[in-house]
Amino acid sequence: MIIDSSNQVARTTLLKRFPVPKNFGVSPESRISKGKTWPASVGAVNVKAFEIYRYDPDSEANPRLDTFEVDLDDCGPMVLDALIWIKSKVDSTLTFRRSCREGVCGSCAMNIDGTNWLACTRFISDTATPATIYPLANLRIIKDLVPDLTHLYAQYEMIEPWLHAKTIEPEKERLQSPQERAELDGAYECILCFCCTSGCPSHWWNGERFLGPAVLLQAYRWLIDSRDEATAKRLDGLEDPFRLYRCHTILNCTRTCPKQLNPGKLIAEIKKMMVERQA
Amino acid sequence: MSRPTQGRIRPLSPNVQIYRPQLTSVLSIANRITGIVLSIFGVGLVTWLVAAAAGPEVYSAFHDIMASWPGQIVLFGGSFAFFLHLTGGIRHLVWDSGRGFQLGTIYRSGWLVIVASVALTVAAWIASRFMLGVH
Repeated sequence: MIIDSSNQVARTTLLKRFPVPKNFGVSPESRISKGKTWPASVGAVNVKAFEIYRYDPDSEANPRLDTFEVDLDDCGPMVLDALIWIKSKVDSTLTFRRSCREGVCGSCAMNIDGTNWLACTRFISDTATPATIYPLANLRIIKDLVPDLTHLYAQYEMIEPWLHAKTIEPEKERLQSPQERAELDGAYECILCFCCTSGCPSHWWNGERFLGPAVLLQAYRWLIDSRDEATAKRLDGLEDPFRLYRCHTILNCTRTCPKQLNPGKLIAEIKKMMVERQA
Repeated sequence: MSRPTQGRIRPLSPNVQIYRPQLTSVLSIANRITGIVLSIFGVGLVTWLVAAAAGPEVYSAFHDIMASWPGQIVLFGGSFAFFLHLTGGIRHLVWDSGRGFQLGTIYRSGWLVIVASVALTVAAWIASRFMLGVH
């Protein structure tokens, strides 16, 4: 089927997952065991099951997949509502990040039915039955649905996401024309939820050195800023077989962005800038 | 960083084991696999030329293998790999120029690659049958 916008949920899908063994390339401590089932309370009519990844750092046990039966008549419409319902009514140890509950903060990014999205902007009615919820893919897990983002933030810091300007500071702010400001559209809206980077196969295999779509989108945001004076230095920093060029235009990033941004296109623009400056 | 205070390594959340195959990732891995298949076929092409240079008996033996039905299936698969890699490569060239990145365009060009490579494979085989005079 044709997907015109990343917020479209695929109605049909040939394969639920790639035909690889369940533990393909999975190290022993990351193997997922069968968890327990938390049945709905007696009398609940409108019940839906959620399979949720659990990991307790205080036990010696491996991660597991618990099944929670949620009473939809007692719960809000979003996946985040279901998680909050479970935490307050069934198992208070269920751990996840959330804040704004309206797709602005990017805290509740997770893998819902196999693709990355924000739990607060995905309707329960748009999920499979049972709905499967994993943390963002390919990250070290602190607890349950909370991934360790330290490495991704370190990669973000590496592109120096602040204004570099040597010219003497003007008395007021540095001005931009409306056209120069418009260049930032499609880049400044990124909320750093890392749905794209966590959904990028290239970052799965080379995440140590490949910066990934979220950070490269931010790199572009500073490259095209008319007030920034370090464009050449920034491009030098990206001119590397891994940091930029491990992007193979798979475009899972553009498919999954919860803000409907286009990291894939902006990375292609950086590659074009690299070629153009050699001309 | 990836170790909690107790010193135990934190588990890595699943990636390829659970991530939903989408047209984007499926065509990307297909382009890689067909590239590998084509490099193997490159060896086959050289073997064919060596067989031709080695004389009529060797060439005839090679030809018999290729003309048998398992050989024909392999050749058919190889020709499909060729056309999928070719059309996929053209799609990548367009992307390299910075065009075709709207999500709807990505999906339309993706399906076009699939339909075109199937059509070109079938057309090539029908054409080759006519040229060989096998109807």
